[in-house]
Amino acid sequence: MADLTRLTAAELAAELASGAVSSVEATQAHLDRIAQVDGDVGAFLHVSEHAIDQAKRIDDARQAGEELAELAGVPLAVKDVLVTTDMPSTSGSKILEGYMSPYDATVVAKSRAAGLIPLGKTNMDEFAMGSSTEHSAYGPTRNPWDLDRIPGGSGGGSAAAVAAFEAPLALGSDTGGSIRQPAHVTGTVGIKPTYGGVSRYGAIALASSLDQIGPVSRTVLDAGLLHDVIGGHDPHDATSLEGDWPSFAAAAREGASGEVLKGLKVGVVRELQGEGFQPGVSESFGASIAALEKAGAEIVEISAPHFEYAIAAYYLILPAEASSNLAKFDSVRFGLRVDVPGGTVEDVMSATRDAGFGPEVKRRIILGTYALSAGYYDAYYGSAQKVRTLIQQDFANAFADVDVIATPSAPTTAFRLGEKLDDPLAMYANDLATIPANLAGVPGISVPSGLASDDGLPVGIQFLAPAREDARLYRVGAALETILTDEWGGPLLDRAPELNGGTR
Amino acid sequence: MATALMDFDKALELFEPVIGLEVHIELNTKTKMFSSAGNPANEEFHAAAPNTLLAPVDLGLPGSMPVVNREAVLSSISLGLALGCSIAPSSRFARKNYFYPDLGKNYQISQYDEPIAFEGSVEVELTDGTIVEVPIERAHMEEDAGKLTHQGGSAGRIQGASSSLVDYNRAGVPLVEIVTKPIFGAEERAPELAKAYLLTIRDIARSLGISEARMERGNVRCDANVSLRPRGAEALGTRTETKNVNSMRSVERAVRYEIRRQAAILSAGGSITQETRHWHEDTGETSPGRPKSDADDYRYFPEPDLLPVAPSEELIEQLRARLPEAPAAKRRRLKGEWGFTDLEFQDVANGGLVDEVEATIAAGATPAAARKWWTGELTRVANAADREPSGLVSPAHVAELQKLIDDGTLTDKLARQVLEGVVAGEGSPQEVVDARGLAVVSDDGALIAAIDEALQAQPDVLEKIKGGKVQAAGAIIGAVMKSMKGQADAARVRELILERAQA
Amino acid sequence: MSEITPDLVRHLGVLARIKLSDEEVTSLTGELDAIVENIAKVSEVATDDVAPTSHPIPLENVFRADEPGEMLTTEQALQNAPDADDGRFRVSAILGEEQ
Ligand SMILES: [Mg+2]
Ligand SMILES: [Zn+2]
Repeated sequence: MADLTRLTAAELAAELASGAVSSVEATQAHLDRIAQVDGDVGAFLHVSEHAIDQAKRIDDARQAGEELAELAGVPLAVKDVLVTTDMPSTSGSKILEGYMSPYDATVVAKSRAAGLIPLGKTNMDEFAMGSSTEHSAYGPTRNPWDLDRIPGGSGGGSAAAVAAFEAPLALGSDTGGSIRQPAHVTGTVGIKPTYGGVSRYGAIALASSLDQIGPVSRTVLDAGLLHDVIGGHDPHDATSLEGDWPSFAAAAREGASGEVLKGLKVGVVRELQGEGFQPGVSESFGASIAALEKAGAEIVEISAPHFEYAIAAYYLILPAEASSNLAKFDSVRFGLRVDVPGGTVEDVMSATRDAGFGPEVKRRIILGTYALSAGYYDAYYGSAQKVRTLIQQDFANAFADVDVIATPSAPTTAFRLGEKLDDPLAMYANDLATIPANLAGVPGISVPSGLASDDGLPVGIQFLAPAREDARLYRVGAALETILTDEWGGPLLDRAPELNGGTR
Repeated sequence: MATALMDFDKALELFEPVIGLEVHIELNTKTKMFSSAGNPANEEFHAAAPNTLLAPVDLGLPGSMPVVNREAVLSSISLGLALGCSIAPSSRFARKNYFYPDLGKNYQISQYDEPIAFEGSVEVELTDGTIVEVPIERAHMEEDAGKLTHQGGSAGRIQGASSSLVDYNRAGVPLVEIVTKPIFGAEERAPELAKAYLLTIRDIARSLGISEARMERGNVRCDANVSLRPRGAEALGTRTETKNVNSMRSVERAVRYEIRRQAAILSAGGSITQETRHWHEDTGETSPGRPKSDADDYRYFPEPDLLPVAPSEELIEQLRARLPEAPAAKRRRLKGEWGFTDLEFQDVANGGLVDEVEATIAAGATPAAARKWWTGELTRVANAADREPSGLVSPAHVAELQKLIDDGTLTDKLARQVLEGVVAGEGSPQEVVDARGLAVVSDDGALIAAIDEALQAQPDVLEKIKGGKVQAAGAIIGAVMKSMKGQADAARVRELILERAQA
Repeated sequence: MSEITPDLVRHLGVLARIKLSDEEVTSLTGELDAIVENIAKVSEVATDDVAPTSHPIPLENVFRADEPGEMLTTEQALQNAPDADDGRFRVSAILGEEQ
């Protein structure tokens, strides 16, 4: 039998459906892989003790002739930002160490209902604040391509788990690029759906108007399969969109033929090129654009004049909303409590929040408190909300002329652990290309575009589409993926170095 | 040190009181404002044990999200309309951020710059019939906080307590906060107006059926703002906000107290601190709470988890068409229809019994009988049991009871016994009469037999009556009533005794 | 220099209920100063004629029916509580000695 961990989710699903492989075997293979390599990678904060039991139940149901969903029996890694009833949920923070949720996040509940097997909870920057997963209270995750480098963030754990073949699929969350930028630096696929396309209920909120849950995988089709499971209206999330969505797996399958590229108008943003972009990244992006053009796409240069204000607006809106969302961690109902002998409840709350939050979280809470406080609201938060309007207008203008927008997913390849830890502004600049989509609510995908010629590390290309047009991203993403894997003679991840486990 | 107070009349000579009232009404929807947990302000969930009415969002659990209760929005619009307010074509929720252990999320979802209702006015009737128009600034939707119990101090007070316990059942109960504009010109009647306003708001909420509106349960709570300005001055004085004055009587007392306290300070050359104050029911005083300071920086911002509320013109008009008659107008109409004197009507109105009397009359009782029952026996029984008269018995049963008296089935005294049975849940008055066998014995034969028996026991009485001492019949009536266990009509017994004496 | 001062940072720490050490106040003052300088540029384009956007996808009137749903058991509610007594959450004194 071939190594089950090397199969895509779609391939594994087919093996499970045919009865050639059991879910217990597939799940055990991934647990073994985790045991073998995760000591080096550090993708998981918690590995489920229930996975094999749950896999057995799926196998039994299949044996009994029950009708099962396509992904039934396929293992799934879950970002620790999502609450789960059978595993602790910490959002990468000390303040929530050991926290057990009495309910499952909607996306987790839907995944379970579709028969997916949660393998464990993946590492992340504390409360999803970061672009490197170095801000986790439980230590960093390492990039499987180079263990001295970051796996991106905040969802570095989910991306690394998928890239290291510890899971075929993972759930992530993307507030400013936390699914797409890790995909970019790990040679994987990640999608931030249209805001409201996937329920946020049970996702520990960072910035409510920016957060979106989405799939993390090695292929576009796999992402589409998972997106079909987790997407759709949820009455528990008032911002969740009503109405039917097309099948994203079907869109990916349709796109794989490459036909969809004929006559497709692809916009390239003038403001997201050149300065600030690593040459190897720009080069890889250029090659992908050339491949698209060769396949019949029409490349159009577009302008998005307000994108340059996106990071500033983002670093006002996010901290403001986060300062409020994170107020609930106060030692009263759950989480850490630091005793202050003779102290008031206020003393206890303040000491707990000082001890329980890491430096980046404190930085952003203080910044957000400042941005909202009396006298500053209009200049900061109010202005940032206006920039959001302008960025939406930039998108509307662009999508009047093009079908999708293409950008490099991030300005550089994976940087070294520790390299930007002391320079928040340099860290924030990483999200340059991904943030506009969160501010505008439009969907985005990052697909591997190759390895940078200057450092040999993975690079991703991002496609953006109008709100509710997520299917377009799957068609275009799968089309380019097919062209490039044919060109490479196999998936990009085949070129990642072997992880031998314990050799470091 | 005792607080210096100025004589009330003297204070009014020197200063003009300006009051403002903020009233919180707990809506009686089945579920909470933002979750589908049972609402303790609804009768069904009223008696729930601590921390049993909770959805994740009421505890601010990680990942939880609020969703707006449609019914609460409709109730809020109806209340806004009943207060003569305009309804905003689009209003939204905001987060009011502050840390307090009774707040599950450490922010309260409220409405800030875009309330659902604004600019109204409400007619308030003082006890002598004077009508005052109270201007309404806004009415907005928000959620209630949990309840704290203090341990280790004296008498459950927050001062001196060593720890506190939190029950979050009340967290997320739908509230409408009604804020008046500053009310000028009430002068010496400012305390009375405050009380009458609160009563009016309660009556409106009750007539709309949107709240249980029971003060003793905290369904209606009032914060009273009071400031004084020297006679002839233009600018408003510094105000204090006395929190949670939660009975009709105490709001009147609290306003009166603040006028006297502030007047004493101002006339001694002092200045008023802008602060919240606490009302102490036992001593009838207010004491300083937190001073207003920059700690009250609530960092309001639009609630990103919720969307704007944009009622259509059509919906608003539908709700307007369904509004009941305004309590003040209704009271004027009913007073005429019922033919009560001012005093009689005040008795009913001040007891909060207008609806009960009205329903009893509708069920067939005369206005006088209905009034007598509700303000008399039922109020007495309710007070003794520490309950509300309206909770004891239905108006239909009261009307039925009166009918049983009118047709001679019951005496007044028997009727009170029947009432006891009805209150105890033994059924309708007729059912209680049947079950307990309480009807008046109207069979003359049985009465004559009892009279004969009594006369035999007291043979001298008959002679006395024959001799003209008619009052001697009383002893026989007493004996007969006793043997009939009270179920006889004393007047008929007397008639029969006299007939007997003449025979 | 922007208006970020150590006193302001300390005050923000009180508002946000984070007991910042002196070292934290010092480092945060410098960092916030740099960040604020950078992000203040939003006001360059946020002119009066631009409406603010609070929600990326405009929706309105999203409501729930007034029907009781599943509730947490008291045990579930208290399962993560650092301290509890008699079915309720316990916290330290709300007021200090001098209050
Ligand atoms: Mg208020
Ligand atoms: Zn309020």
